[in-house]
Amino acid sequence: MNLELTAEQRSARDGFRAFVAAEIAPHAGRWDREEAVPPHVIGRLRELTLLGSNVAPEFGGRGRDMITYGLLTEEIAKGCSSVRSLLTVHDMVAHAIQRWGSREQKERYLPRMARGELLGALALSEPNAGSDAKSIETTAADAGDAWVLDGRKKWTTFGQIAGLFLVFAKVEEKPGEKPESKPAAFLVERETPGVKVKPLKGILGTRASMLAEIELAGCRVPKESLVGRVGFGISHVAAAALEQGRYSVAWGSVGIAQACLDACRAYTQERRQGGSPLADHQLIRRLLTDMIVDVRAARLLCLRSGWLRDAGDPGAFMETMAAKYFASRLAVRAANDAVQIHGANGCSDDYPVGRYLRDAKVMEIIEGSTQIQQITIPLFEFQEF
Amino acid sequence: MDQMQTKIKTFLSRFFKGHDLQPEEDIFALGFVNSLLAMQLVAYVEKEFGVAVGDEDLDLNNFRSIQSIADFVARKRGAAVEATPA
Repeated sequence: MNLELTAEQRSARDGFRAFVAAEIAPHAGRWDREEAVPPHVIGRLRELTLLGSNVAPEFGGRGRDMITYGLLTEEIAKGCSSVRSLLTVHDMVAHAIQRWGSREQKERYLPRMARGELLGALALSEPNAGSDAKSIETTAADAGDAWVLDGRKKWTTFGQIAGLFLVFAKVEEKPGEKPESKPAAFLVERETPGVKVKPLKGILGTRASMLAEIELAGCRVPKESLVGRVGFGISHVAAAALEQGRYSVAWGSVGIAQACLDACRAYTQERRQGGSPLADHQLIRRLLTDMIVDVRAARLLCLRSGWLRDAGDPGAFMETMAAKYFASRLAVRAANDAVQIHGANGCSDDYPVGRYLRDAKVMEIIEGSTQIQQITIPLFEFQEF
Repeated sequence: MDQMQTKIKTFLSRFFKGHDLQPEEDIFALGFVNSLLAMQLVAYVEKEFGVAVGDEDLDLNNFRSIQSIADFVARKRGAAVEATPA
């Protein structure tokens, strides 16, 4: 494993960083209050080809390597976790299609997703199904020439504006067969009759992520909408999407933690208490030390995960979980300490650290909660030793 | 057991500790098969044997046993050779 970034990766990171500093970070607080990412920002992401990063050139994408994609995610998250979540969910859907979609699905959707003309959203969670994805209640009935979907999806990130939903449902099989044993994934275009989108407001963090509840009522989609095969919707299609999501969230968490560190570095040198800058107080330095070291450790875990993913190594699944687990918990600790260091200022909208704390908490919940990782990560250890 | 089967057995044995997995033994019937194994198995087959697992290959019978995985890899390799222009 080579820990050095290539010249191309460093150059790409510098470009991402400059874009975020100029066009994302200065406005993120307002977008958070308005609970929306403005269309012109998505237009800029489109112009800079920052959506659908990993789509292969064969389908019109940039085919960015995983390390470059990670660097992009970190830099975007430093500026705005809601914009980061757009990249995350869009790329999860693109990744799932690229991994398990049919040739026709890839040709139909991936070029438009790579150009950012078509935004993807993952419709997995439901009012009664979160971490236990297999308990989804949305159904898909075989109507001969079509699938008919019925159910309700919740917490669909950027569902308010996405044009394509990757919907998970259990297939109603023939009498005598257990429907819960046949999960499947479907590509549902927004304009399909029977799709109703209801915006969700008042979310704790990543407030501009334009979450939505998706109602599917007698929604007929072509037979060709099935991704992969019936029975493999959770174990393969959702698993691929979530693995991509965990990788993105891991890097996004590093971005939040780095933003906390950057904010604290500046604040502790400028703010004076007891006749000296906060940075000279030993208890403040202790908080900064944890942040400095943990950010480095989390980034190394992410780099290792990215390196293994690029290599197609089966061990990437474990390393991505480990990176997501460590980085998301770090983001919460770092943001919590950042607010503490900023004192009353940290509790106001005048400084971004309060937003970082709200955003960080979300990272511990999405794409596999901390507790799910705590249940799963030891299983990898047991299989190895 | 040939070399390919031995490699597959070594990989799968990590998931079935303390059990001497036989070539024809149904790993799904043994239990312990979850999405973690499913995705790692796909990645393993692709990386170790240089074949691409696509949507058309999502069939439990391709991954049911050491023998069926070895047969699947052989079929994929055969198909790749046939598709290569002379």
